[in-house]
Amino acid sequence: MELKRVVVTGLGALTPIGNNISEYWEALKTGKSGAAPITYFDTTLFKTKFACEIKNFNANDHFDRKEVRRLDRFAQYALVASDEAILDSGVDLDVVDKYRIGVIWGAGIGGLETFQNEVIDFAKGDGTPRFNPFFIPKMIADIAPGNISIKHGFMGPNYATVSACASSANAMIDALNYIRLGYSDIMVTGGSEAAVTQAGMGGFNSMHALSTRNDDPQKASRPFDANRDGFVLGEGGGALILEEYEHAKARGAKIYAEVIGGGMSSDAYHMTAPHPEGTGVIAVMKNCLENSGLKPEDVDTINTHGTSTPLGDVAELKAIKNVFGDHAKNININSTKSMTGHLLGAAGAVEAIASILAMQNNLVPPTINHETADENIDPELNLTLNKPQERNIKVAMSNTFGFGGHNACVAFKKLDE
Amino acid sequence: MSDIASRVKAIIVDKLGVDENEVVTEASFTNDLGADSLDTVELIMEFEKEFDIQIPDDQAENISTVGQAVSYIEEAKK
Repeated sequence: MELKRVVVTGLGALTPIGNNISEYWEALKTGKSGAAPITYFDTTLFKTKFACEIKNFNANDHFDRKEVRRLDRFAQYALVASDEAILDSGVDLDVVDKYRIGVIWGAGIGGLETFQNEVIDFAKGDGTPRFNPFFIPKMIADIAPGNISIKHGFMGPNYATVSACASSANAMIDALNYIRLGYSDIMVTGGSEAAVTQAGMGGFNSMHALSTRNDDPQKASRPFDANRDGFVLGEGGGALILEEYEHAKARGAKIYAEVIGGGMSSDAYHMTAPHPEGTGVIAVMKNCLENSGLKPEDVDTINTHGTSTPLGDVAELKAIKNVFGDHAKNININSTKSMTGHLLGAAGAVEAIASILAMQNNLVPPTINHETADENIDPELNLTLNKPQERNIKVAMSNTFGFGGHNACVAFKKLDE
Repeated sequence: MSDIASRVKAIIVDKLGVDENEVVTEASFTNDLGADSLDTVELIMEFEKEFDIQIPDDQAENISTVGQAVSYIEEAKK
């Protein structure tokens, strides 16, 4: 059977550097850092005292009091970002067939703060299990797509993907394939995460995964720099409306880009460490090229996973050289995590959105905070350091890799009429 | 209004996000105040905490209006 073509017709973002798409793009092209001292809790005893929190977000501006109480932050972010994307798409919800609209949403963890607080309350008590009835439904990762469908009446396929930091890239690929196969006309996809909590910070600190550059948070996320010392935890949400091309055309929709394919693979190596030879990462980019019908030389930009960890960044660039050969040095490689921090399950979505906006504006956002070259990185690679670069982008790829060895890569193309 | 009644009312206003004026004696949690099954469980738990009482599940099933909650608690606190 012939696969249907799929396009992006709406975008929404709630990120540490901008609370909607236009603010997000403005911050990306100007190289703004979203890192700052943590405001959510007292960090005195914590090794890392900063993160990329969402700023100026008041849940009461978006939800009534009762809704706020029954939505963990990660679900609030999901609803806010998806609302923006749905509105942006211009879909008239009164005329579309809602059985043909689904929601596939990524969250690496889900309602971590809800889980943490309920367990703290339980531990403080006398052992009587007086858990709030909203504890479980607030916490579970799939409640984000559940709530999106409840709000808008979308009755198509609905579930969450969980693959740590690759979660929302997996969501986008699944959404793409459901439309390709003709199961749905429109999919709301993306991801959200809200792990800037005591449990999140403490847990990642114990793994030595986070930067501890407490004296200069804004310079802490420095992918590819020789003195990088771990990732900076971020939070937020990103949403994309994927739509079958003919369906979008028939309603005269604005089209951002075509989603031409996705790759998936597993390292099958270690719970958290990247494979030193990057075999899984090589496989995922090759899978993505094949699935997208691309040759390596077609690719203009790669928004890397690039988390600013010592091992991961080098392994990813080695893999890019392996897959793209001589063409690797012609590619604009960047890491938007240098600005946003690492949004975990939402990373794939907000980074794909960055790639799409870059394509639309023919401008590659910079990898900020680069000061010292790493001798393990080929200096011929164009890492789009510190300043944005103009580029006529026809094809953009976005990588994400998750603890557990999950790799996912998505490709977008400027639409050929 | 009794002290118990005003405390019950405050809990309902807080948990269900409704206007104080709506929380009248005859008001049903589900039919009038927009509570769903989970809200109702939460309300009962809040009453237990606030008044330091235990409301067994089979009794909780009979508490579906503001007035019924107040009467039950008044009786339990005697």
